[in-house]
Amino acid sequence: MKPASFDFLCPDTLEEALAALAEGGGEARVIAGGQSLVPMLNMRLARPGLLVDIMRLEALRRIETSGDEITVGAGVRQAELEAWTNLSRDLPLLAAAFPWLGHVQTRARGTVCGSVAHADPSAELPLSLVTLGGAVTLRSRKQKRKVKADDFFIGMMATDLAEGEMIEAVHFPKARTGNGYAFREIGRRHGDFAIVACAAVADEKGLRLGIAGVDDRPRVFALPALNDDQFDDALNDIAWSLNARDDIHASARYRRELVRNLGRETLKEASRCRA
Amino acid sequence: MKSLETAGGLVGRTVERVEDAGLLTGHGRYIDDLPVRRDTAHLAILRSPHGHAEIRAINTTAARALPGVSAVLTGDDVARLTRSMTVGVKANVECWPIARDRVRYVGEPVALVVAENRYVAEDALDLIEVEYETLAAIVDPEKALAADAPVLHPSLGTNLINERSFRYGDPEAALATADHRISIRIAYPRNSCTPIETYGVIAEYDPGEDAYDVTANFQGPFSIHAVISRALNVPGNRMRLRTPPDSGGSFGIKQGVFPYVILAAVAARVAGRPVKWIEDRLEHLTASVSATNRVTTLEAAVAADGRITALCWDQLEDCGAHLRAPEPATLYRMHGNMTGAYAIENVAIRNRVVLTNKTPTGLNRGFGGPQVYFALERLVHKIADELGLDRLQVIRRNLVPADAFPYRTATGGLLDSGDYQTAIDRACAEGGLDALRLRRDQARAEGRLYGIGYATVVEPSVSNMGYITTVLTPEERAKAGPKNGAQSVATVAIDPLGSITVKVASVPQGQGHRTVLAQVVAERLGLPLEAVRVNTELDTARDAWSIASGNYASRFAAAVAGAAALAADRIRERLAAIAASQLNVTADRIDFKAGKLFDRDNPDNAISFGRVAAASHWAPGTLPDGTGQTIRETVFWTPEQLEGPTATDGINSSLCHGFIFDICGAEIDRTTGQVRIDRYVTMHDCGRILHPGMVDGQVRGGFAQAIGAALYEEYAYGGDGSFLTGTLADYLIPTVMETPEPLILHHETLSPFTPLGAKGVGEGNCMSTPVCIANAVADALGVENIRLPLSPRRVSEWLYGEERPPSKPQDSTPVATGASGERLLTGSGSADVVATRQSVWTMLLDPNTLKAIIPGAHEVRKVSDSHFRAEVTLGIGPVKGRYRADIRLSDMVAPQAVTLSGGTEGALGSGRGTGRVTLTETATGTRIDYRYEAAIGGKVASVGGRLLDGAARVVIGQFFQALARHAGGGGPPSAAAGFTQRLLSLFRRRR
Repeated sequence: MKPASFDFLCPDTLEEALAALAEGGGEARVIAGGQSLVPMLNMRLARPGLLVDIMRLEALRRIETSGDEITVGAGVRQAELEAWTNLSRDLPLLAAAFPWLGHVQTRARGTVCGSVAHADPSAELPLSLVTLGGAVTLRSRKQKRKVKADDFFIGMMATDLAEGEMIEAVHFPKARTGNGYAFREIGRRHGDFAIVACAAVADEKGLRLGIAGVDDRPRVFALPALNDDQFDDALNDIAWSLNARDDIHASARYRRELVRNLGRETLKEASRCRA
Repeated sequence: MKSLETAGGLVGRTVERVEDAGLLTGHGRYIDDLPVRRDTAHLAILRSPHGHAEIRAINTTAARALPGVSAVLTGDDVARLTRSMTVGVKANVECWPIARDRVRYVGEPVALVVAENRYVAEDALDLIEVEYETLAAIVDPEKALAADAPVLHPSLGTNLINERSFRYGDPEAALATADHRISIRIAYPRNSCTPIETYGVIAEYDPGEDAYDVTANFQGPFSIHAVISRALNVPGNRMRLRTPPDSGGSFGIKQGVFPYVILAAVAARVAGRPVKWIEDRLEHLTASVSATNRVTTLEAAVAADGRITALCWDQLEDCGAHLRAPEPATLYRMHGNMTGAYAIENVAIRNRVVLTNKTPTGLNRGFGGPQVYFALERLVHKIADELGLDRLQVIRRNLVPADAFPYRTATGGLLDSGDYQTAIDRACAEGGLDALRLRRDQARAEGRLYGIGYATVVEPSVSNMGYITTVLTPEERAKAGPKNGAQSVATVAIDPLGSITVKVASVPQGQGHRTVLAQVVAERLGLPLEAVRVNTELDTARDAWSIASGNYASRFAAAVAGAAALAADRIRERLAAIAASQLNVTADRIDFKAGKLFDRDNPDNAISFGRVAAASHWAPGTLPDGTGQTIRETVFWTPEQLEGPTATDGINSSLCHGFIFDICGAEIDRTTGQVRIDRYVTMHDCGRILHPGMVDGQVRGGFAQAIGAALYEEYAYGGDGSFLTGTLADYLIPTVMETPEPLILHHETLSPFTPLGAKGVGEGNCMSTPVCIANAVADALGVENIRLPLSPRRVSEWLYGEERPPSKPQDSTPVATGASGERLLTGSGSADVVATRQSVWTMLLDPNTLKAIIPGAHEVRKVSDSHFRAEVTLGIGPVKGRYRADIRLSDMVAPQAVTLSGGTEGALGSGRGTGRVTLTETATGTRIDYRYEAAIGGKVASVGGRLLDGAARVVIGQFFQALARHAGGGGPPSAAAGFTQRLLSLFRRRR
């Protein structure tokens, strides 16, 4: 469990970091909190030739509100966002999700954008980002582009991030007064990867349910009102459409049942909050 | 030294542990902290990615050439300098610590690298090329017995390495005349108690004396020292084994470090320098040691009132790929107490030991108890249910009566003491059983799933070193020579200033032996706790030890603390004689208290302890005639009750037998299938309690590990022998969040066989709690066939009815990875291409096209028309690895269909699979349909199970998309960002 050798760069400017990533191509990877990457390095599952540490880039270490959007820079640790003063007012869904997110120790090191970049299909932050309809800003030496979260996640640990690109920030839509938000999760133990995690939003447009841990990326669906005749059918069809995995911790059937039950409970809670 | 004021009354008090100040402030000295010689090199181990394979060739040239590497050893290199390890049964097998011509479990050592540091050593591992020819693997012990099962050891000719049948009393008659015959069949899973500190070895070899000197966090039993010396081909005195001052937990596991002692010792010899190896967590989970899994059929002859008149055991024990010493001890440790807490006079036992493609087994907290009591206590539960009797009533009706101790069991055990009835009565009363029953009734009235379970367990401690010879026939035993007893040893020494040092060979791993020994010795000498310092490091070249030395079988309180008490008593007797002569009284009037020796009848007539103790050093001429020195006393103690097996196979396998009665109230969530322990009561009789805090700590620790065994932990294997729980994200150990607080009760009946009246207490809840929880769950659900661990996956199968179907048929069946834990990936899909069927067909058979369309292909070579070899780099997220792929085409129906089958091999693991591709002409070109089935093993399967399904889908998807693109069906190749995404979303829609 010792990593293969790699070059390590800890630049002071974003330009320097982007240049290194451009030059490194497929061999270069960004390291921020390292909570997912370092174990993979140690097990030699990942063998990048170059690691670019972005934690000295002050410009990336900000949480900013502009208009209806909260922007979290790539250097912001999960614990910092968790402790952000306006979290429960502006991002109540995240406030509900944070207790499920790994452990105090991993949140102290891990970054918000790192979790998004890692794109684990069970992860709470990608789920929240997709459910809220957030976005990701990607930077390379040549360009800067903003991608909708739902388009960013492609599959199991696969994203739209291209060679030479890094996440500069993620953007969460700010909560609107009167909207309801809820988050629930079932895992084997406290802090484990979710078997199923559900994030729900109830607003004037209706109900939205985000689901992680079942398909190979977080998925979000619109649902009819809870009292609608079609609700149960719709949720059941969502459960079936997710291509649920069978593994040693949970069967596909179990995951589908949780989508039905946990999904309904989470939507109920969000609806109650809205009312 | 602090003032000598307190005295007496130390034993039985929860004094502050002398170990804690150092451990809690980071001053512990574990093996990885110890200083080593400056030229020490580091060892890394190449391990098998396969459950079962022939080794065709090993090429170490590149590894040897890597700068910083000082030695590379294969199995044959090791074999040249060693002998096969001793196997505990008569069988034509060899047992090597490293694979030679064949690997038999994932993680089996295949090659060793010694290098400047661990990084370079692991770099070199990547450069070793091993050519394997995989064999069918066997992981199910019952299937291993089938006539056509793959055989692990050809020399043995079968996987059944040992079978013995035993008969005590007249079980056949009891069964024939019984009112009822009730039986149960149990499959107990594999798990392990998992220490925080992994294995560690520092080894060196002295060519001048042909002697090895090894420091290892080995825990004993030191009978293994004999196995190591023989394997290394040296006399015992040239195999010096030392243990570090502190060890970060063991629970039996660190007995299993011994094959690595041999490997590191040989590596040091070959490298010509000291070698250090610290096992990493991946190695530990994959290949350290495991408890046995066991399939048991247990039948009882039962009278109408619930009295059990006979038990018939059929035990099939799975010891993994090799029968390593001291196995099959797991199967025989319980032999004397196979009737548990019950007076049952007729017993039949058939014991079979089978080898499978799994990690070899070894010591593990509870050793044999969890497997036995799971069957026995589930059966007692079932007997009550079938006869319509109260479960507690059935337990009570069968207990060994309180006036029957010491009680000889049918199988030869001698239960030393107990009052099981009173202990149970107290547990029910003080544990609030009536209230718990009300709680259950109320929960059920509300429609909730709530159950109550019991477990009654006799906890053996202080193993008879002869019990394992029960596996031999009486004739074989006679030939092999007698084995019995259990020597424990303690030394009490007094220095010239009168302070005390105690030395034992108990090799603690965090339990607090030093504290208890200080209590015992200080109390006997009338000194404060601080006056006694205890050293528990062990050095076989300098210290007193024997084969029974070490930390296992809960032997400390009963045997080691007892030996220390005996040594202290001998010194005390002489000190009394010396004091008596100086105080002009007879020795029987001398008492010890508060650092003084005094005349009991005239306490003012006193002399300081230090003065009396110093005499042997400073003025030996003043000792009364016939009184020996008080400088040092070493006592070896072996209990006479530990006799060898009788001619009729009766065996008192352990000296002490504690008693446990547990009550569990558990609720199951109907929606999630999660089991919540609502209340847990555990009553213990461990004889005299020496340190209440530590006893409760032992109970709580065993309980937490039992929660793991009951609800979370399983060493899971795929059908191909791949290991599926190689990280702590898949092998789930309960944390404090998952572990409820049990109510711990005690009922003391002193053991008449031990110097202090104490019995062992370390392992009991590992035996009682898993089955107690299982009984509660069985009660809640009305399900008989309870299997551990009770994961939501399992429990939900009992809860859920028929699943609600989707409103419209699904366009593809969900990807399944094998409900039986088989790591099998399956999938299917299709793609439309704008090309003729013939041209697509030609592409599939052309290496250049294949190179272009196989994701990450560097090179594709055509071996024959239907055989290709490729070098590919595959990656998912940051996980990338280079693989050699071997692809064969078969069942070709040109130009319609072909089957691709093949395997890949690389540092991250291996895969094999088949895919059927069919081409259909369409209006616009050709539709490609494919279906695949793949199995993936090795490191990726062990640590990245969660990744695999997605990875396979992405990679296979990429292949066919590339094929479509190549044939003109997709968009133009482009490096533009988002391209892969568009491709895949296109693909996803079609799947």
